Amino acid sequence: MKNRTKLPNIYLGVILVIMYLPIVLTVFYSFNESKISSIWGGFSLKWYEELMGDRDLKEALRNSLILAALSCSASAVIGTLGAVGMSRIQSKSKGIVEYISTIPIMIPEIILGMVFLAFFSLLGLPFGMTTLVLAHTTFCIPYIFMMVKARLIGMDKSLEEAARDLGASPVRAFFDIVLPLIMPAIASGMLLAFAMSFDDVVISIFVTGPKTNTLPIKIYTKMKTGVTPEINALSTVILVVTVFLLFLSSRIKKKQK
Amino acid sequence: MKKHSKIWVSVIPLYIFTLIFVAGPLIYMIALSFMTRAEVFGVVGEFTLDNYKKIFEPIYLKTFAESLKLAFTSTILIILLGYPYGYFMAKLSSVWKKRMMALLMIPFWTSALIRLYGWIIIFRSNGVLDSVLMGLGITKDPLKLLYTYPAVVVGMVYALLPFMILSVYSSAEKMDWSLVEAARDLGASPMKAFLTVTLKLTLPGLLSGVVLTFVPSMGLFFIADILGGNKVVLVGSIIQEQLTKGRNWPFAAALSVVLMIMTSLIIGIYRKVTNTKDLEGLF
Repeated sequence: MKNRTKLPNIYLGVILVIMYLPIVLTVFYSFNESKISSIWGGFSLKWYEELMGDRDLKEALRNSLILAALSCSASAVIGTLGAVGMSRIQSKSKGIVEYISTIPIMIPEIILGMVFLAFFSLLGLPFGMTTLVLAHTTFCIPYIFMMVKARLIGMDKSLEEAARDLGASPVRAFFDIVLPLIMPAIASGMLLAFAMSFDDVVISIFVTGPKTNTLPIKIYTKMKTGVTPEINALSTVILVVTVFLLFLSSRIKKKQK
Repeated sequence: MKKHSKIWVSVIPLYIFTLIFVAGPLIYMIALSFMTRAEVFGVVGEFTLDNYKKIFEPIYLKTFAESLKLAFTSTILIILLGYPYGYFMAKLSSVWKKRMMALLMIPFWTSALIRLYGWIIIFRSNGVLDSVLMGLGITKDPLKLLYTYPAVVVGMVYALLPFMILSVYSSAEKMDWSLVEAARDLGASPMKAFLTVTLKLTLPGLLSGVVLTFVPSMGLFFIADILGGNKVVLVGSIIQEQLTKGRNWPFAAALSVVLMIMTSLIIGIYRKVTNTKDLEGLF
């Protein structure tokens, strides 16, 4: 009987190992002295040094960071205001707008990339950072909106009412009472949005201009031409940044509970 | 409620952004799919159904069929692997549940492209898999698995499995296990109890997982690209090609509309069957 009860755990373990194996290998071989993966030539940081020396990559990293920062801030403002407002208004359009605003994370990314490409060129927008920020903000809004909305549902409304009864203006009550209470949700949503923007490939490929590269776009183009240890190092950098943000996001989320 | 009379101001940015940058592009996509491709570059506002007719040309029809086949194969494998995972996970102690959730964060949220790169290292000729198999004497020659159909299937399953696991888990986690016990006490075999009680109660999660895996698997062109070489072509690959190289945007739009309709259909079925609005497990 004891063997039977262990079977599920073995299954969970095996699948988990398979899920992590490619990630671990990517990170592992980024420290490989030898250029040929699968042959271990000793520990080395030379591929990271090579990354540091690459001007194009530095530029791409800078773009990725600016893009993620701008779109996660813009979506934080729009998403938070929207979620707070939506929780208080009674309007027929509410449900529809809420539904439409979450479409970007429901449909396949390629469709989103395609419609942005077509629509931005219809508007005559210059392809590059502008279009990237607009596209990323659009798909970041749902993350913040949903997080804040969930937090508002669980919030004690009497605090804000008390503030209002004591004479605080709606704006003051929002900044003094509501905002501090929903801050953890906003922060955790923002980190998530930052991570999603930072490692997005599909949508970025479609809406970027010929001169603007982001790190994931760089990786994709390099991957198509072959396997080099630099890609390992680059992937590791992106993974570390993303995982760090995810970790922070979940820490904040846990604390608010 | 006169106090809140100005609160609507705060939703204006969301309304405007949603209308201009979500509804706008989607409506334009539909319009574009009925327009004519210009001789050299761009589009002409002439109504036509040719773009949809073109989908029925043998080569594109074949791609659609192949894409669907790949989506079916992947989704079935994902269910077979992911359902037990989510189910077993829901039976763990609460400490282990938390640990397992934390471990799923990375596969769930990090970019599939980067996670897939590891498979190139594993699959390529004389890569990790070949070295291990040849080292153990199981195979003599390199398997040359990279740029084959199975490699793409592995990539798809790998990229989308976390979505199924989390969907099933969140359904199974909420389940009232005493119902299963009741069925067993009333004489149902373990199999029957599973089919009539467990499966029924976890169906929303399973279906939500299907929504999150089936349609995306037709669009993930980069998996076919980096693991399949030029050998596997998906609907997503054609859309991408038509947008970049072919410069036939109306046709790309028509293909996207068809994918969109399929997405909505599957989500619609999901809502009808489960009676819920939000997808299970996403947040």
